[in-house]
Amino acid sequence: MTLVYVEHQDGRPDDASLQAIALVREITGGAPLHALLAGPGAEDAAAGLGAHGVATAHIAEHEALASHAPVALARCIGELIERLSPAAVAAAGSERGNEVLAHAAALGDLPLAANCVAAEAGDPLTVTRIRWGGSLLEDARLHGPVKLLTVAPHTVEAAEVGAGPATLERFTPSLADADLVVRVVETVEQSSEGGVNLADARFVVSCGRGAGSPEGFAPAEELAALLGGAVGCSRAVTIAGWRSHTDQVGQTGTKIAPEVYLACGISGATQHMAGCKGAKRIIAVNVDPEAPIIANADYAVIGDLHEVIPAITAELRKAGAG
Amino acid sequence: MNILVCAKRVPMTGGTIVLTEDEQSIQTRHLGFTISPHEECGVEEAVRLIEANGGESVVLALGPSEAEEQLRDAMALGVDRAILLETADEVDGQATAAAIVAAIEAERAAGVEFDLIFFGNESADSGNYQVGIRVAHALGRPCVTGVKGITVQDGRARCEQETASGRDVYDVPLPAVITVKEGLNLPRYPSVPGRLRAKRKPLAASAPERRDAGVEKLRLRLPPGQGKQAEILGHGPEAAPAVVEVLRRAGLVT
Repeated sequence: MTLVYVEHQDGRPDDASLQAIALVREITGGAPLHALLAGPGAEDAAAGLGAHGVATAHIAEHEALASHAPVALARCIGELIERLSPAAVAAAGSERGNEVLAHAAALGDLPLAANCVAAEAGDPLTVTRIRWGGSLLEDARLHGPVKLLTVAPHTVEAAEVGAGPATLERFTPSLADADLVVRVVETVEQSSEGGVNLADARFVVSCGRGAGSPEGFAPAEELAALLGGAVGCSRAVTIAGWRSHTDQVGQTGTKIAPEVYLACGISGATQHMAGCKGAKRIIAVNVDPEAPIIANADYAVIGDLHEVIPAITAELRKAGAG
Repeated sequence: MNILVCAKRVPMTGGTIVLTEDEQSIQTRHLGFTISPHEECGVEEAVRLIEANGGESVVLALGPSEAEEQLRDAMALGVDRAILLETADEVDGQATAAAIVAAIEAERAAGVEFDLIFFGNESADSGNYQVGIRVAHALGRPCVTGVKGITVQDGRARCEQETASGRDVYDVPLPAVITVKEGLNLPRYPSVPGRLRAKRKPLAASAPERRDAGVEKLRLRLPPGQGKQAEILGHGPEAAPAVVEVLRRAGLVT
């Protein structure tokens, strides 16, 4: 059998976890697929997993699992590995999925392949995983008595397979005090100050060093406001101290997925492209027709962002937007 | 207070990745190298904490002998000394962690205990998401990951993670391992005197024991769909109507 650690929110499994289930289903070869869930709402979230091919959902019950506790969760995985001897254990390649599986890997001294996009059954397991935030692929053999892997989000489609509901099995993991040292003790909600969250925005306009100064972002701000979108920037801009890191689109910044991404004065380094590959359409504005971003964009305007952005705003106003 | 910060040497890939003929690595003949972005912030945080609290900061890199360049860079920013674990080939997450643990135990044998050990949340190149966590377990220390805010007080570290809706806070006793993310701070630029001092700071190199890879790299390849050519909408401000048309088709303008 195989086991998938399923993250969930508001009583629903996360998409990235369902995608991990879909990839693991490919390598189970008909063996039963089990899931592990913990925390508030776990039972509700487990209810729909049968449709995705999960035969048994294990619900870890422990008061310490009310808030995120990665080592405790890894102990739960360890207990199920002992009890069920799965061939593979997987999770979403989300921040927490990667974290929990790395703890499980450390506890069991097992190899872990992070952010896989494909896997082929066998021992060793053959996997393809992403590097450089998705700009490069690695084919690898995953060894070990139990194969631990995470699945890169949005690289595999979740799919319902029409199976009946999963059997629920509750268990209380045995946790030591040391397993609970690392856990969320406080959650601070932050209002987005009326602005649009970069990660969720349907329109994003970013500027690179070509903006010239912090003030050079004013036209982009105006355009974003007109379309109810958000303003982003390249890493060069945050390093220069012109914008806060929360505005940075990229491998080490925010990953965006807008309907349209307007990338202005941005060369298109892999660091940046890793953050915007989720965009449906990319329009590059650049003075250099040879800039790498032109080869990664759907549309391009050859020109200076200081002239092009205000012209777009003016054209939208003429068309009656905003 | 003593702080160890682990930093990785990675190429600055620019716009297009080119692979070597044997498909084992990136063609770096024309590329510069840097410290992986998350770890740059780890270096800066270590320097700031030692400036505020006193003690010693140490930077460690596992990689080729050329990684001395990144270790000197870190020392130019204020780190006191460096440890280089020299490996000719890339090693996987388990082997990397084992080598670092051995180095930390050697430091302990020499009387140096690290109150804090910083890692990047994941390296820019291989992105294994596990080395810091493995080291923490081997040393029996707590590990908080993906940290973008650290306050050290009374023998504890309060660590903040950024979430979709705000921040999650952890509070762990020292000694601890913390994996950090870019945005934790804005790293300083090295000064000329800093660079000169860095040349004379101690750097200890050794070769870690080899072990078989649990994740055995077969080959690297570029993802499909590279190098599409954009449709040119126009030149300069005259292209604005065509841009608005794209926005309209995307349902952003009614």
